[in-house]
Amino acid sequence: MRLGLVIDLDVCVGCHACAIACKEWNASGTTAPLTDYQPYGAEPSGVWFNRIRSYEVGEYPNNKTINFPMSCMHCEDADCVTVCPTGASYKRAEDGIVLVDQNKCMGCNYCSWACPYGARELDRESGTMKKCTLCVDRIYDLQIPIEERQPACVLTCPAHARMFGDLDDPGSAVSSVVRERGGYQLMPELGYNPTNHYLPVRTAKPIPTENLGKPGFKDKIKGIANRIVKR
Amino acid sequence: MHPAFSVIFFTVSSGAGFGLFTLLYLMDLFGLDGGLPVEQKLIAGILALVLVAAGLTSSMFHLANPKNAWRAFSRFRTSWLSREGVFAMAFYPFAIIYLGLTWLVLPELEVLRLMAGALATLLAWITLFSTGMIYGCLKTIRQWNSPLVPANYLALGHFSGALLLLAVASNGQVALTGYVTLVLALLVVAASLKAIYYFWIASPGTGSTIKTATGFTRGTVRLLDTGHTHGTFLTQEFGFQVARKFSLTLKTCVFLAGFVIPALILTVGGSAAITIYAAVLTALLGMVAERWLFFAEARHVVNLYHGAQHC
Repeated sequence: MRLGLVIDLDVCVGCHACAIACKEWNASGTTAPLTDYQPYGAEPSGVWFNRIRSYEVGEYPNNKTINFPMSCMHCEDADCVTVCPTGASYKRAEDGIVLVDQNKCMGCNYCSWACPYGARELDRESGTMKKCTLCVDRIYDLQIPIEERQPACVLTCPAHARMFGDLDDPGSAVSSVVRERGGYQLMPELGYNPTNHYLPVRTAKPIPTENLGKPGFKDKIKGIANRIVKR
Repeated sequence: MHPAFSVIFFTVSSGAGFGLFTLLYLMDLFGLDGGLPVEQKLIAGILALVLVAAGLTSSMFHLANPKNAWRAFSRFRTSWLSREGVFAMAFYPFAIIYLGLTWLVLPELEVLRLMAGALATLLAWITLFSTGMIYGCLKTIRQWNSPLVPANYLALGHFSGALLLLAVASNGQVALTGYVTLVLALLVVAASLKAIYYFWIASPGTGSTIKTATGFTRGTVRLLDTGHTHGTFLTQEFGFQVARKFSLTLKTCVFLAGFVIPALILTVGGSAAITIYAAVLTALLGMVAERWLFFAEARHVVNLYHGAQHC
């Protein structure tokens, strides 16, 4: 089994709800707390497992904003695990989740140096490295309804831009969507073989704004309606 | 990369210590210039052990949770950081046996003394290589992921060690020509390797770019928003950037203080102890500048998610 996330960049609206849900769940999860420094001060900072960046791709007028959520990729060849001198970082054989044993970590930062995706953040209060657990304390919880046994970020996403499943199973929903939509991995050239995949933005026909020609009957009716109905 | 003083001191100090020990042993074995008096051998040996110990202690200050530091010896099969610790610890008993027998001067145990010294020297070389590989094995940092990095660590460790050996030898009543020649030979090797390294990292190569990092390969990619209002662990640890002009100035300082001035002092300054000490001090300052720059110039690929176009 190789559990991971598939993130649909075509529908992500960049609302940061996944990051907030992640923080909410994990602030009391297995690697809790996720310390905040100066949360109400001049320089707010803190530990987060999930961060959302926004990019502009292309030049105006052929440009597009793409929101880009990133958390641990649970790599197949996770260098963060091999470089760890204490054995605190490990990858579970049964489902491929990469975790940090908080009781063994000595806070040397070396795993964060080995991670190209910025998935690991040091908690200055506990002195240990913390990272996305893929909500390991939730996805196997038999006390909650089966449809809720998913990572907090996946459950909360209002746009359904996040999918969770087994990427080893070719028949799983995540594997099929990766196949159909041409899902890809980030920085494949480094050879980490990340489990998480990203679905590219669909190519849409641009909406014409110039040389539209004479308005037809439908457009005339629309124009009249727009004049009558006050916004 | 954020240049942490604890790690800079650790690599410079333990590098010089291991370099000093290996050269002390080789000079002892082959009897350079008739060999050093026992007193000088002991001073050099103890200085090497102290430098290594000071370096390892300094590296502890880099840890956020040092109470688990003992666990760092457990993963030597995969982690170069763990190997560094294990080999450094394995070095000590052999080095102590070698120095102890040197102190006692027992002709019947001479073979044992030389065997222990040989093993300690081998372990010192492996440890120095491991220190370099801690950085060299990281695929995420182009400036480090190069065989030149462990080569530099070995060369600079031996160069600074040779200088310290010369400083110790200058106190004894021995001819110094051999020691000075040794320093100058290692200086040429270390300076050449460092120059090749600087030349090599100057060109961006075919590494990761903002396009491979995001997968948006069809057009220009520009970061609009990082998603945080103030810095994060990632920006603090990896965001450090050295100004191009300053880095050039510092590189000049590395070569002047590290190599050119010590070479001039040793070739035209005479062999008074004080001038040799001046050369050692200048070179060590150059080594610290070199190590600071080694960290400051390293650009981690995570910067591609914080606005960098390439690393």
